[in-house]
Amino acid sequence: MFQLLVTLLIYLLLVIPVGSYMYRILTDKPTFGSTFFDKVDGFIYSVCGVNPQQGMTWKQYAIALVVTNGVMLVLTYLVLRLQNLLCFNPNGIGSMEPTLSFNTVISFMTNTNLQHYSGESGLSYLSQMIVITFMMFVSAASGYAACAAFIRGISGYAKEHVGNFFKDLVAITTRMLIPFSIVGGLILIWQGVPQNLDSNFVVTTLEGTRQIIANGPVASLEIIKHLGTNGGGYLGANSSTPIENPTILTNLVEMYSMMLMPGACVIAFGKMVQEVRNRRQQNRSLREKEEGSWTAKFFGREGRSVFMAMGLLFLFSLGLCFWAESQGNPVLAEAGLSQSMGSMEGKEVRFGIAQSALFTTVTTSFTTGTVNNMHDTLTPLGGMVPLLNMMLNVIFGGKGVGLMNMLMYAILAVFICGLMIGRTPEYLGKKIEGREMKLTAICIIIHPLIILGFSALAIATEAGLAGITNEGFHGLSQVLYEYASSSANNGSGFEGLADNSYFWNITTGLAMFFGRFLSIVIQLAIVGSLMKKSFVNESVGTLQTHTASFAVIMVFVVYIFAALTFFPALALGPIAEHLVLWQ
Amino acid sequence: MKQYNAWLAPLGQAVKISCLLMLICGLGFPLLVNGLGAVFFPVQAGGNKVVVNEQVVGVAHVGQEFSQPYFMKCRPSAVHYNTYKEDAEEKQFYLDGSEFGGLSSGSNNFAPTNPRLVERVEADLSSFLDAHPSVNKEDIPTDLLTASGSGLDPEISPAAAAVQIPAIAQAANLDEKVLQTIVARNTEGKLLGIFGTEKVNVLAVNIEIAQAMGLVK
Repeated sequence: MFQLLVTLLIYLLLVIPVGSYMYRILTDKPTFGSTFFDKVDGFIYSVCGVNPQQGMTWKQYAIALVVTNGVMLVLTYLVLRLQNLLCFNPNGIGSMEPTLSFNTVISFMTNTNLQHYSGESGLSYLSQMIVITFMMFVSAASGYAACAAFIRGISGYAKEHVGNFFKDLVAITTRMLIPFSIVGGLILIWQGVPQNLDSNFVVTTLEGTRQIIANGPVASLEIIKHLGTNGGGYLGANSSTPIENPTILTNLVEMYSMMLMPGACVIAFGKMVQEVRNRRQQNRSLREKEEGSWTAKFFGREGRSVFMAMGLLFLFSLGLCFWAESQGNPVLAEAGLSQSMGSMEGKEVRFGIAQSALFTTVTTSFTTGTVNNMHDTLTPLGGMVPLLNMMLNVIFGGKGVGLMNMLMYAILAVFICGLMIGRTPEYLGKKIEGREMKLTAICIIIHPLIILGFSALAIATEAGLAGITNEGFHGLSQVLYEYASSSANNGSGFEGLADNSYFWNITTGLAMFFGRFLSIVIQLAIVGSLMKKSFVNESVGTLQTHTASFAVIMVFVVYIFAALTFFPALALGPIAEHLVLWQ
Repeated sequence: MKQYNAWLAPLGQAVKISCLLMLICGLGFPLLVNGLGAVFFPVQAGGNKVVVNEQVVGVAHVGQEFSQPYFMKCRPSAVHYNTYKEDAEEKQFYLDGSEFGGLSSGSNNFAPTNPRLVERVEADLSSFLDAHPSVNKEDIPTDLLTASGSGLDPEISPAAAAVQIPAIAQAANLDEKVLQTIVARNTEGKLLGIFGTEKVNVLAVNIEIAQAMGLVK
């Protein structure tokens, strides 16, 4: 319990400087080392013929994002199909099958990292590097770029153009992802994560038997896997393996790498809103008063309430998961095995219950999808936490998407509150009207529609049912989890599911694609529509959105919406399983 | 036609930037980290091989399946720690005789309500009690008979090590006190006294047992 608190406190100390750094990058302010990075970026722009000063409207920005991601999909698909013929393949891995390649490239381009293959036997070292590691950088950078455009628009920072997609893509990669990855990667190697281009090797044990050990460029993939909230493991069992995650220190580094940038997005949002507000606020003394409180200084006033709402949701999830796992498994207790250590099936000794529950909550809140324990073997309520986190998809979220989704709920919250007090809803000084509400509603409804729709299809068809490997209520949880994970672009799995079949490869591929690109385009459209409006003046009747009470309202709106859409499915899956287990 | 152009306009830049980033992120970055790793941390980057008598007997962070009664055992593993033996025709088998499936990692992924989980634990429980007649059922710690997530867990809890000591002492013909010091030497505490758990590295313990027995130098 104590170690959980300390871990989270350290996070709060780390996220503030990173948030401030991100804010300065997104607003073109000078940062540490920016003269160096300006030269690097300038070189890349000149080679690629990009004019970084050229602004894009939200439509041009969205098109540039989709087209660039499309090009990357084609390139990497070819590499996977031809990997048997290319270099860096010391283990002699063959070409990847077409539907599996389709699923894999979509999975990595959408930052989902759902893996229907096993890294040990499915990928050459070249593919691990120029497909997987490459996609981990650019899918994260694309997501953060979309988020940057979204923040610039919704805060009113930009009037017409939301930025230049290529500039954001490059700046985020060179100024945040690569430098952070080099430092983090070296810490991982120091702690014992391998990094080489040698083939797997066989040792002769003390007993004279043989053991084969996985090898290769693990650390470089491992660090960006977390920093870019990607989550696809080098090995089948992901970060639970001692090769990817050998010590408690690597576990902490991996967790902080996934938590830093999504949290930083919220801070960048808060600070940008504040900057716009200060620009409009002519009254100096009022401005100083607003900036006076230290939390407002670090998070920005609006960022603070959003961060608080996300933090509350996170703490509820963590508490439930930790409690459920500590209870152990009553069936095993009955069979005579002490459960004093909690439910240890599927967990590593070095992490124990506390760090496993924390990792599980983090990986599904920040939609990374890496696992340090097997989610399929979690207790029913412990397993419901990651499932619910992905269904909500607003708790920080990977690569800025959580912030964009949470702001959808913020708009919904001001709308509902506006109805109650009988005023036109406003958010961040802009009126929320019919067009925005319609788009928001579509955006919020897409995610449950994908999850529940595909789940229904899977349990109604022979091909879908064939994947289920655990009987009873848990089987439904496996199906729900797979689509929640796909649509939320998380990528973790109830790994028991036998998911490498045409049915599962194609349906989850579609779920990932729509879950990612539809939401991004609609969210940018909302911003585009808000940008056209002029600011309204605050009055006594304006709903304050920077307060703690608004954070609580957001939490309730999120839970109410989730209950209305997902409760029946959850009741038939994890909740029913819990009641059976503890009867 | 105008719509068409909107999609084509960024295409040239998109292709160039994709290729360039593929080189930078996909090749430049891993190879840079590779070089830095090889310079600063050669042992770790090379895979943490554990050498005894000039022979590599394992890897520091990966568990192994041990079958001799005088060695300490790791937790159950769905992939048998990728430990196998070869017969005369070079066919490969796990130590329990089933066919070796090739390098892998993972667990059985049994849900808590899955009846096969209880079957496996009950079977392991009774064979453990047969091998360790002096042990009470209630004293077996949870981790020793549950499978890890990776199937490669190198460590067990101190309690899981302690419960194995009497039987090992008998089979190895060593004093229990000697074994307790070996275990204590290879027990690692929490990081800074706060993070993680206490754990015992099984391979390190077994190397010292083999040395104490004179099996290796």
